[in-house]
Amino acid sequence: MITSEPVITVKNMVKKFGNFVANDNLNFEVYKGEIFGFIGANGAGKTTAIRILCGLSTPTSGVMKVAGYDIYRQTEKIKQNIGYMSQKFSLYEDLTIYENIRFYGGIYGMNMAERKARTAEMLERLELTEYENRKIGDLPLGWKQKLAFSIAILHNPKIVFLDEPTGGVDPITRRQFWNLIYEAVEKGITVFVTTHYMDEAEYCDRVSIMADGKIVALDTPQKLKEQYNASNMDEVFLKIAR
Amino acid sequence: MNRFLAFLQKEFHHIFRDPRTLVILFGIPIAQLLLFGFVLTNEVRNVKIGVVDHSKDYLSIRMTQRLLSSGFFQLAATPSSESEYEGLFRSGKVKEIIVFEPDFGRRIMKEGKAGIQLIADASEPNAAQLIVNYTTAIANGFVKDEFGQNQKLPGVDIKVRMLFNEDMRDAYNFIPGLIAVILMLISAMMTAITITREKETGTMEILLASPLKPIQIILGKVVPYMILSIVNALVVLLLGYFVFEVPVVGSLALLLGEILLFIFLALSLGILISTFVDNQVTALAMSGFVLMLPSILLSGFIFPVKNMPVPLQILSNVIPPRWFIEINRTVMLKGGGLGAIWPNTLILLGMSVLFIFISIRKFKIRLQ
Amino acid sequence: MRTLFYILQKEFIQIFRNKSMLPIIFVMPLVQMLVLVFAATNELRQVDLAIVDFDHSVSSREMVAGIKGNPFFKVRQNPENTTDAENLLIGNKIDLALVIPRYFDKDLKTNKHADVQVLVDAVNGNAAQLSLGYLSTVIGSYSASVLNSGVKPVFRPMKTVDIKPTYWFNPELNYKYYMAPGILVVLITVVGMLLGGMNLVREKELGTIEQINVTPLKKWQFIAGKLLPFLVIGLFDLGFGLLVARLAFNIPIRGSLLLLFSLASIYLVLVLSWGLFISTISDTQQQATFVAFFSLIVFIMMSGLFTPVESMPDWAQKLDFINPLYYFVKIMRSVLLKGSNFADIFNEFAALSVFAASLFGLAIFRYRKTS
Repeated sequence: MITSEPVITVKNMVKKFGNFVANDNLNFEVYKGEIFGFIGANGAGKTTAIRILCGLSTPTSGVMKVAGYDIYRQTEKIKQNIGYMSQKFSLYEDLTIYENIRFYGGIYGMNMAERKARTAEMLERLELTEYENRKIGDLPLGWKQKLAFSIAILHNPKIVFLDEPTGGVDPITRRQFWNLIYEAVEKGITVFVTTHYMDEAEYCDRVSIMADGKIVALDTPQKLKEQYNASNMDEVFLKIAR
Repeated sequence: MNRFLAFLQKEFHHIFRDPRTLVILFGIPIAQLLLFGFVLTNEVRNVKIGVVDHSKDYLSIRMTQRLLSSGFFQLAATPSSESEYEGLFRSGKVKEIIVFEPDFGRRIMKEGKAGIQLIADASEPNAAQLIVNYTTAIANGFVKDEFGQNQKLPGVDIKVRMLFNEDMRDAYNFIPGLIAVILMLISAMMTAITITREKETGTMEILLASPLKPIQIILGKVVPYMILSIVNALVVLLLGYFVFEVPVVGSLALLLGEILLFIFLALSLGILISTFVDNQVTALAMSGFVLMLPSILLSGFIFPVKNMPVPLQILSNVIPPRWFIEINRTVMLKGGGLGAIWPNTLILLGMSVLFIFISIRKFKIRLQ
Repeated sequence: MRTLFYILQKEFIQIFRNKSMLPIIFVMPLVQMLVLVFAATNELRQVDLAIVDFDHSVSSREMVAGIKGNPFFKVRQNPENTTDAENLLIGNKIDLALVIPRYFDKDLKTNKHADVQVLVDAVNGNAAQLSLGYLSTVIGSYSASVLNSGVKPVFRPMKTVDIKPTYWFNPELNYKYYMAPGILVVLITVVGMLLGGMNLVREKELGTIEQINVTPLKKWQFIAGKLLPFLVIGLFDLGFGLLVARLAFNIPIRGSLLLLFSLASIYLVLVLSWGLFISTISDTQQQATFVAFFSLIVFIMMSGLFTPVESMPDWAQKLDFINPLYYFVKIMRSVLLKGSNFADIFNEFAALSVFAASLFGLAIFRYRKTS
């Protein structure tokens, strides 16, 4: 369902912390319905960029639009239309699964019936229905991550931003996690994901590779492999990084 | 040894890098010194009074002038009827109302005696008492001067000698106590929090796995605060001497020895707390409620232990600053020697040994 | 409004799920009322003294008997000389020493006048003055009884003023009536500042605030959600503390409780906003508690809680203009002890309202969803 209608446009994005340039003149577009990957080593500037697009951080300069809204003036409108899952697990560990869902549903202004229906569907999908009254802090990491993702898309956002969503998770759970991502895409949600696992890069429709705050390559995984004459993304990355 | 020095350097670096920690280390002692030195005083001054003169004759007017020119009182109201009194007190406009009876001057001349009524706002009982005492003294003094009555009064006359603090300055009372409170804050509280932070962030495990011996790690944490404590104690002593003119009458060497002993005790108490708690918030809460509050309120620092109900007096015995403040006051102000303070010294020593003993046991259990 | 309901629901669940919270909410008022109010007193309970009697006469013994008969005085020792008495003072065994000179009896009988010397440990000036005052009263009444029983003095009648002091609102000069309202202020300040105010920085440290910041939640809704639960807890603790004070030392409640609790609500909004503001400018709980702790110490000391504000130097009095505790300590004492009504404390009310509104605004303004 990939279209050529852009939901994120970034022109000349620059972010400086003092003398350090975290994002050095980024330009890209993300199309509606695609899985857009941001690949790069730790410290390449991925998280900085994602935080700017979510409205958590202000850019130094550049023109950016998310879901059709201007990033400087319409931040709150953007927030109504996006979901976000941060690198650091950030649901309330002292609340139960049910209480976390109820809280975030409430904040996004979902009505009771809608929320109940979505919750039931979601818990069933995650096979967590019988655990809904468990505190999140007591759950294993993999469950937490899947739950965090599901809550990030609870309110049916246009775009969901995932910042290294599978860090520290075992390969089986990672596979399950990506299945959840594909299901979200089928529902029409655009996915913006950062990762440093190169196998995950293969799952994306398009990837942009970042190094030292710059985008050094941007295309489909297939085209990148051809261009760099590599058999997998790992090789692509190593060739570019060198 | 080199390894240890490097570790020590790192610890100092930690302390001096965070401005907020520096605020606690130096801001609180200085702020407390200024507050206690200049702000917390019971002296009577600028007390707002109301004067009701039903007589308005030469003597009542002169006496009112004498009261107002004394510097202790400020005229804030001249209510015309008794019904206004309560309102003046309720809104806090006056603290005392002085009422001269009708014919005040005539009665004093003819009958030798005339009446003044003083109504004081006793919602602040201490202040009310002092205000009434001052008013009485000025009124009596005025009559004596006015009629030249300076001969000896009949009866028993009390000749008072105020020892150790002739002018009854508040600073004499609080400087020795403040040293104790500040040392508690820096040595005990900061040590507890620092070690707990290492435990909470997991860096303690890394340090324990390093070739440094556990004792070196603890020393490395403790030595910077020990040095800062000594510096702070000296600063308070010097400021006390030069700004508030509080002398050290007794032996300076003895005083410094006792200060070192108390620092040792406070540090061991800090270590002890850190062996019991796992996170900084609990360490802070423990320090606040178990260390600071009792150190300030149950130690005799502001309020004398003798005035407390018996259960609290008993409780105060287990509070180290209670013993140390007594030592400080005795040595600094009264010139007492070891002969006067050896029981206190022994108690402090005993407490330190006990704290260290429990800490080591707790620490060993944790390592096993 | 519905959004706010969800935030409040979540905050309350978290507060009451925290195991240390309930003990704090109930134990703190009890401890503060029962320990602090009893500890913080300048009322003398007992004066320890030594008597050096060089006269050993009927008169001196009579006077000493008068002192011993007074429950305030405890005669610790009867040293032989003044040096021993001074050593007792140095060793903190006694508060004062009474020295009765030789010929005390003879002087009193022949001249109608005699001197005694009192050595006072004046390290604590306040206590020294009070204990000396008590001793003077006892000796004065002995002196009066001697004069009345003997021949009338030959002095020319003196002019005197007859001064009658009346103590309003607290005729027995009960120090606890004075301290308890002040300690109640400390109580709700600590609840607001340390429990409530620090709550936001905890979310920062845990990272949960990130997830909030990407939602369309309004800033004021978030701050209000942090503030309201602790407003309720603070008011509850005020009521509980007041009840304890009422039961334990029968503190008077002369003014309107409705007025008191309304003003307490404004005050709590102020304290909570102030704590939340500190939270917004800190990264960790430790930093925030340090700053909160420091500002609390300064404001409490300057509030007039322990010593009258009028006695402070002018700069300190000017500084108290921006000290919320100064206003609220005054309000508590006025309303509880003096029965002040709204008109009486209007100025304090106005000051607190302005501060509360500005700090609430400042906390919202300083809370950044975007860094």
